Amino acid sequence: MTTESGADSEAKQPRENKETEKEKGKAKAAAAAAAAEPASPQNQPEQFPAAAGHSTPARKEQEQQEVDQVSHRSSISRLSRSPLKGVKKTKIMECKVALLDGSDFTLNLEKRARGHVLFDKICEHLNLLEKDYFGITCRDVENQKNWIDPGKELKKQIRTGPWNFAFNVKFYPPDPAQLTEDITRYYLCLQLRDDVVSGRLPCSFATHTVLGSYAVQSELGDYDPEELGSDYISELRFAPNQTKELEEKVMELHKTYKGMTPAEAEIHFLENAKKLSMYGVDLHHAKDSEGVEIMLGVCSSGLLIYRDRLRINRFAWPKILKISYKRNNFYIKIRPGEFEQFESTIGFKLPNHRAAKRLWKVCVEHHTFFRLVSPESQPKKFLSLGSKFRYSGRTQAQSRRASSMINRLAPLVERSSSKRYNMSLSLDGAPIAENHETPMKDSAAAGAAKILTKGDLITTVTTEKKAEEEKAEQEDAPTDAAETQEPTTPLRHDTKSDADDDSEMRTQDTSPPEEMLKHQTNISELKRSFLETGESSPGLTEWEKRLSSSPAHSPRGDEAPMIEPLELQDTKDEPPASEETKEEVEPKTTKAAEYLVKYVGDSVATDLASSSGLHGISPSTTMDDDVFMDGTLREVDEVAEREEIKVSPGAVRQEVYQAISDKKGTLIILKEADDKVDAEGKETGAAGEEEEPALRGEAEGGENEAVMGVEIWSPKMEANGVTQIKGTDSPKKAMASWISEVVKTEATEVVGASTKASDAPQPGEEVQTEQSKSGPSQITPPESSTTSLAVSTLGWVPSSEKGPPEPEEKVVVATETEAAPAESTGPTGCDVVEVGTKEVPVVHTETKTITYESAEVETNGDVDPGVLLSAQTITSETTSTTTTTHITKTVKGGISETRIEKRIVITGDTDIDHDQALAQAIKEAKEQHPDMSVTKVVVHKETEITPEEGED
Amino acid sequence: MANMCPYGRFTHAVVRGVPETFGKAAGDDCEKGETSVDLAKAQRQFGCLTGALRQKVGLQLIEIPADPELPESWRIEDVAVIQGDTALITRPFKQQRRGEVEAVRKVVSELNLTVVEMGDSGGATLEGCDVLFTGREFFVGISSHTNHRGAEVLADTFKDFAVSTVPVCGGARLRNICSMGGPQTIIISNSEGAKKTLRMMEQLTDHHYEVLTVPEDLAANCIYIKGPSKLDFLLHRPAEECPESVSAFQKLQDYTLLPTACSEASKLGGSLSSLCLLVNRKLTYF
Repeated sequence: MTTESGADSEAKQPRENKETEKEKGKAKAAAAAAAAEPASPQNQPEQFPAAAGHSTPARKEQEQQEVDQVSHRSSISRLSRSPLKGVKKTKIMECKVALLDGSDFTLNLEKRARGHVLFDKICEHLNLLEKDYFGITCRDVENQKNWIDPGKELKKQIRTGPWNFAFNVKFYPPDPAQLTEDITRYYLCLQLRDDVVSGRLPCSFATHTVLGSYAVQSELGDYDPEELGSDYISELRFAPNQTKELEEKVMELHKTYKGMTPAEAEIHFLENAKKLSMYGVDLHHAKDSEGVEIMLGVCSSGLLIYRDRLRINRFAWPKILKISYKRNNFYIKIRPGEFEQFESTIGFKLPNHRAAKRLWKVCVEHHTFFRLVSPESQPKKFLSLGSKFRYSGRTQAQSRRASSMINRLAPLVERSSSKRYNMSLSLDGAPIAENHETPMKDSAAAGAAKILTKGDLITTVTTEKKAEEEKAEQEDAPTDAAETQEPTTPLRHDTKSDADDDSEMRTQDTSPPEEMLKHQTNISELKRSFLETGESSPGLTEWEKRLSSSPAHSPRGDEAPMIEPLELQDTKDEPPASEETKEEVEPKTTKAAEYLVKYVGDSVATDLASSSGLHGISPSTTMDDDVFMDGTLREVDEVAEREEIKVSPGAVRQEVYQAISDKKGTLIILKEADDKVDAEGKETGAAGEEEEPALRGEAEGGENEAVMGVEIWSPKMEANGVTQIKGTDSPKKAMASWISEVVKTEATEVVGASTKASDAPQPGEEVQTEQSKSGPSQITPPESSTTSLAVSTLGWVPSSEKGPPEPEEKVVVATETEAAPAESTGPTGCDVVEVGTKEVPVVHTETKTITYESAEVETNGDVDPGVLLSAQTITSETTSTTTTTHITKTVKGGISETRIEKRIVITGDTDIDHDQALAQAIKEAKEQHPDMSVTKVVVHKETEITPEEGED
Repeated sequence: MANMCPYGRFTHAVVRGVPETFGKAAGDDCEKGETSVDLAKAQRQFGCLTGALRQKVGLQLIEIPADPELPESWRIEDVAVIQGDTALITRPFKQQRRGEVEAVRKVVSELNLTVVEMGDSGGATLEGCDVLFTGREFFVGISSHTNHRGAEVLADTFKDFAVSTVPVCGGARLRNICSMGGPQTIIISNSEGAKKTLRMMEQLTDHHYEVLTVPEDLAANCIYIKGPSKLDFLLHRPAEECPESVSAFQKLQDYTLLPTACSEASKLGGSLSSLCLLVNRKLTYF
């Protein structure tokens, strides 16, 4: 009954036309805009005018209506057929929404309307302001509930059938008492009553009576036998199998609630319901790797695994590094636990692809909503591998903040007798939610898994790098770079077929700092233990598997269905090598080193000085890659100035000049940055100068979380947010990249900064050690290669295009911002961030990344990814650092290549000297692998910004 | 709905006397082959325990007479799992113990508890000493005596709560390596197996617990009760039996510690908590 164009809406339209006549132009413009980029179906809320939150857009869309031919069945429609000249015909669809109280709400929407239009209309109808906890569902052909994506057109989400929806609670607040409005709690109660009656929320007899009694009090008020009659209770539903006994008990309790207001009763109801173990758990049928039927439950705290009614495992969000799906498989990558050394990926088989995708989406949304401060930005990939889907709504944190602003008299809640819970019931009486009865085709699934393994071998090689991952996730600039560099990565082709369907999402979030235990760093030992674990351990008991996140069942090859361009590139670029952490410079040594410097975040919140310095970095920047540049620039600026004071500029400058005049380095100036830098950079610079001493102190003392990833031993230091990169043994010397309006000046300053850093007391020692080869002038252009330094920002031409003066060698410097939903997203920072963050209700973290890459000459165009021989990951921890080493061996073109990636996460605040710790780590690494060369450096620093400075 | 009251509020204790056949079943109990037990001592210790529960803690004590036909009937904890107003009558692993449930069923019915029978559903077996209820959730140790199916029945019985299964290593029973030491405190032994179990529990839980580690296995089984007077009582093994662990219990602030000997029952694999079923008849509702 896809009734297009409802009669009543049409009747209304003439009036609306008038009202909205003015808006038409706007509307059309918007529509045009929307049409202009049909290729990007992902949510882009920003595309909608601010008015989107209200009903305006809907109306304006309606107003464009030209009633569809098919739909004039009623005379009314003919009457109302407003002859809007020149406007294209628009189909009007009748939407029927089942509300929580069991009633239906019917409205008409333009066929092209997006999900949020409908959602907003419903919320308006319900007088609901705290709407972030709710969503719209519709049933697909398999009768499975799917959440309507607010950013997508409705018609694309309803393939067939009538436009029937249901309004439901999507995110069950763990503590409903924190909701601001009674009306919100009222709707939550209605949802829970349905959950209980349908059996989705199992509870004991005693709980049924208690919940039932509060529901009665809320709906009918005080017990009053005269008014209510003696049998009033039988007309209501409280439990899947309601007995007379239950009704009597409910009535008994109901009698005791005299004087309790409906809102109070609802609070009591929720206080009891929220404690139920299945409260807010969204269940999905699946099978584990051994084909055992299980249920996966997604909830606010993480992912629960049930077998029958029993909970057999649980993965809290902080434990989960990545979630992904491929075909009908769903994967979670687990952070190694206290006593484990390896990340592991666990795969589950869902009944079908749609189920896998649905589960994945629900996970992404729950993780974002409950764990993150603000949603992640949408991936903006060119070569899109995987879904662009991200949760785009407000997170719980944002929602709470927003609802604290609600300033209206508590609306009168019309507690209509909830039809749904009367005996007639029941819309979805099926017990235990989402049931996919589709039998699984085991054979097919197994086959798929194998193929997957193959296809992903190479991916696996590099996926372990958090920093990289993050980077890839961030997309933008780096992507550009990556693309230019590796236009035809074979890996992409490998996965391409599935690309659209499969996606992943990393769930790096601020996890509470797990206890950092000192683990042995002895590599051979690590390796041995890795091998032990790695060879699927048949001896593992079920428990061990559970404890160890069953790595045995998820061979690494299985994992990472998703390939990120950057990673690919890395794989390729990395030269072969020998053992563990050493990267052997192969005889040919034609490869160019690739420096990936990730420079993240700036100074922090808590400190005055630092914050003043960083003021320039607009918090909003975080969310937007474009802005990022300014931040970096300014900061650098400031730092540079700061540093300059201390360093005798002379020598430094010379070096810089030399570097520049050598013509080996090309500085590319970004114009866009100029203005802003000009404006703000100076201020900040000044501030930085004045407060420099404080700043310096702060850098170490403040609540800084620095996360530094070192890939393949590259010495690198961070001083006060200045990242210094020094090339070590690598054929190329280190380079500092700079972005500035005035090339010379800035460059000098920058260099000064980095040079200075070496003088800095703390890191000095290590630095020197590391630099032994590069000599005193740390910043030296690579001898053999022309280096171009480019800073690419979003919207800019990929730096590699611009940069490389000489075709053969390219150095790409990519700058990107991670739209860091702060703590939570920072892949590397996770553990760390929360430490500092906990007390602050809303923490803004900025994460910035600068990438220094020099493409490998030979391998550059190399399409052959090589054959993976082995891959392993080793993690070790000390009190303040976590080192993850990922070693991969590949053979390509007869040359074997060992690539070692080390990710060092340095966590801590005041007492930890990040530089020192990093330097120490690097030093150790170098000592262990003297014959390896460094090809990439990623420095990733995460810090908080005080809320005042930051706004989303 | 006694749902989610903090752990430890009890009003009654159900115990069953030590029969003269105490230890006689040991012959066919492969766990404890030749152990010689002192019946009189066992009965004395039993008396001390019940005395402490009644007089020190202030519980109402219901004592089921000993039955010589049922030599293990003193391990009353095994035959029922009681939470709130519901008692699940279990199905012990050993055939000869199944007769023990009758008397207990009668008593819990008289206490007005809702009685749920595990029965022989799909070969379910479960014994109470493999069940740890923390006030917020259940952990069921899958052991030689308790199987997955038994845990499922428990989960079906106590639907309000998460029921997680955990490993119990080395032939031990869950309650032999851990017990509640307060509303949010788990006392656990320091053995490797216990640590493994604890890790699993930590992974599975949504809640936070304090963990009190004791060096001796035997010491890990305690009885915590928040008495009618709102005082915290902890019955634990005395220094003679667990010299190393006593100091750990001193860490519990403001507790009334009641060292209670249990050496004879212990020889048969029992422990303090094996000897009683705790019931709360003053259920508080929200």
